[in-house]
Amino acid sequence: MTEVPVLEAGEELAATPRRLVRPWRFIRRNPSLVAGGVILAIFAILALAAPWLPGDPLTMKPSNRLLPPGGAFPLGTDSLGRDVMARVIHGARVSLFVGFSVAIMSVAAGLAIGLVAGAVRPTDTPLMRLMDALMAIPAILLAIALISLTQASVTTVIIAITIPEIPRVVRLVRSVVLSVREQPYIEAAIAGGARMPKIILRHILPSTIPALIVQATYICASAILVEATLSFLGAGAPPEIPSWGNMIASSRLYLARAPWTIFCPGLALALVVLAVNLLGDGLRDRLDPRLARRM
Amino acid sequence: MSVTDTSPTAAGETSAPLLEISNLAKHFEMRAGALKLTRLVLKAVDDVSFSLQRGETLCLVGESGCGKSTVGKLILRLMEPSAGAIRIDGDDVTHAGGAALRQFRRRVQMIFQDPFASLNPHLNAGTIVGEPLENYNLYNARERREQVAALFARVGLRPEAAAKFPFEFSGGQRQRIGIARALALSPDLIVADEPVSALDVSVQAQVLNLLVDLRDQLGLAYLFISHDLGVVEHIAHRVAVMYLGRIVEIGDKRTIFSRAQHPYTQALIAAAPVADPRVKRDAIVIEGDVPSPLDPPKGCAFHTRCPFAFARCSQETPLLTRRGDGHLAACHLDMP
Repeated sequence: MTEVPVLEAGEELAATPRRLVRPWRFIRRNPSLVAGGVILAIFAILALAAPWLPGDPLTMKPSNRLLPPGGAFPLGTDSLGRDVMARVIHGARVSLFVGFSVAIMSVAAGLAIGLVAGAVRPTDTPLMRLMDALMAIPAILLAIALISLTQASVTTVIIAITIPEIPRVVRLVRSVVLSVREQPYIEAAIAGGARMPKIILRHILPSTIPALIVQATYICASAILVEATLSFLGAGAPPEIPSWGNMIASSRLYLARAPWTIFCPGLALALVVLAVNLLGDGLRDRLDPRLARRM
Repeated sequence: MSVTDTSPTAAGETSAPLLEISNLAKHFEMRAGALKLTRLVLKAVDDVSFSLQRGETLCLVGESGCGKSTVGKLILRLMEPSAGAIRIDGDDVTHAGGAALRQFRRRVQMIFQDPFASLNPHLNAGTIVGEPLENYNLYNARERREQVAALFARVGLRPEAAAKFPFEFSGGQRQRIGIARALALSPDLIVADEPVSALDVSVQAQVLNLLVDLRDQLGLAYLFISHDLGVVEHIAHRVAVMYLGRIVEIGDKRTIFSRAQHPYTQALIAAAPVADPRVKRDAIVIEGDVPSPLDPPKGCAFHTRCPFAFARCSQETPLLTRRGDGHLAACHLDMP
């Protein structure tokens, strides 16, 4: 019997020590990831800390109405004498909560449906036709319909935005499943006696994660924008909640006299959406280089 | 005759064959034309029969597209056969499902051609090799790790390599991981689908020798799918030659390599390079391409390229007939 030579796995790799990730290098290589992450982190920290920060977003004081930025009110006051800075910070709570909730819920639902549609053949056609139907519903129309049926609340807004986003996630997941399903390692798993749930969860699911994370950031950004639009139209968060859309809507009459009342929430909205999109682009480049080249 | 002798009589010739394939077929239905009204049937595998004894290696050879890999997948039940029967130790498993199919899969494992695509890139080598054990709830977690370490040693990998991911291995090492996975359930039969064709020539020999050693140590039977006659000559006990989905000749290695009856087999052997420049050969040269399997020639499928074809060949499909001890060929030439 010949002796089997023992081969060293990855010998040449072991020779080079694992590269230390230096912060400056990471920043230079991933500028959009870092920029998006930093801006978003600032807003997230402010939003989380809002209840303990000075300034009350709801106290109205007519004597203080439409004060320009400076002094006791760094960003001025609105037409009812409310602190614009406190309102912008509290508005971040609404926007980020809606953005994250919609992203998490639509990804969770879309992932489950997409895995089933892609992996279990008979369910594919009915599920995908249903998704096509859902995709045809515009989020804004659905929200207006839901709010006229029930009452204005952040929950209604989240549901209304989530439903039309689900089909996009389903399509993405399904396409990944269909391509992974043909890989020989899936056949190998079947030949090794793996059952269907295990094949889906262990062998197919991990391949969908990078694309899903990227998709989730885009969904988050679009949800923040749609929520602001709905609030602006009066079909979103109830008027007593300081959301950016509500602030812009109630300040539009004072655009010329007190531009800060509309400029501050508008800028915050633009910055957060930009930050989330930058983060998404950065993640896409890091997680899925193939996708990055194609787009 | 020693136990490690590589002759076909090494093990249990008198008992029921380990694997018996009869009239196996796989037809794919396709629709063509603007309105998809024309039905076309692609006969990827048609009327294939053979049997395999314990410890025996049968090589399935043929050009690409002749259906040899499909035969392998049908046997593994990775595809459903259109007709025919698959028996293991006399038990019909052609349409087995559920528990019976799972029990069958414990006994028949597969080694894949592509050592890159056949290992899940997200899992480490130890998880990949241990997964079949996990699927059948064999051993607890600690014993499983020991089993995996033993399997790694068996295929010539360091047990510490279990923590590494597929991209950290070379092609030959990856194929060893694939072999360890196939061995995990202690199968009786391994279907090896071109296991060395994706590897460097120097690594091919190592992996091939490993397969031979494992066969001799563990009494494995191989259905070895290959297009490389040099590899086949090294490992086979018996050889079956396929052309357009059918077996055209089958027999033991020596017979096939020295007294092939079918012109296609003769041409294949003549086309294989010999490592001696002084050897002169009267090569049968076949011209043209393999005909489309969607529209195979009438009569003998090979008659369009056969240098010896005569009138009968284009009319009547030749059947496999006995040409000697365990030697069958499907050709109208030299019919007794």
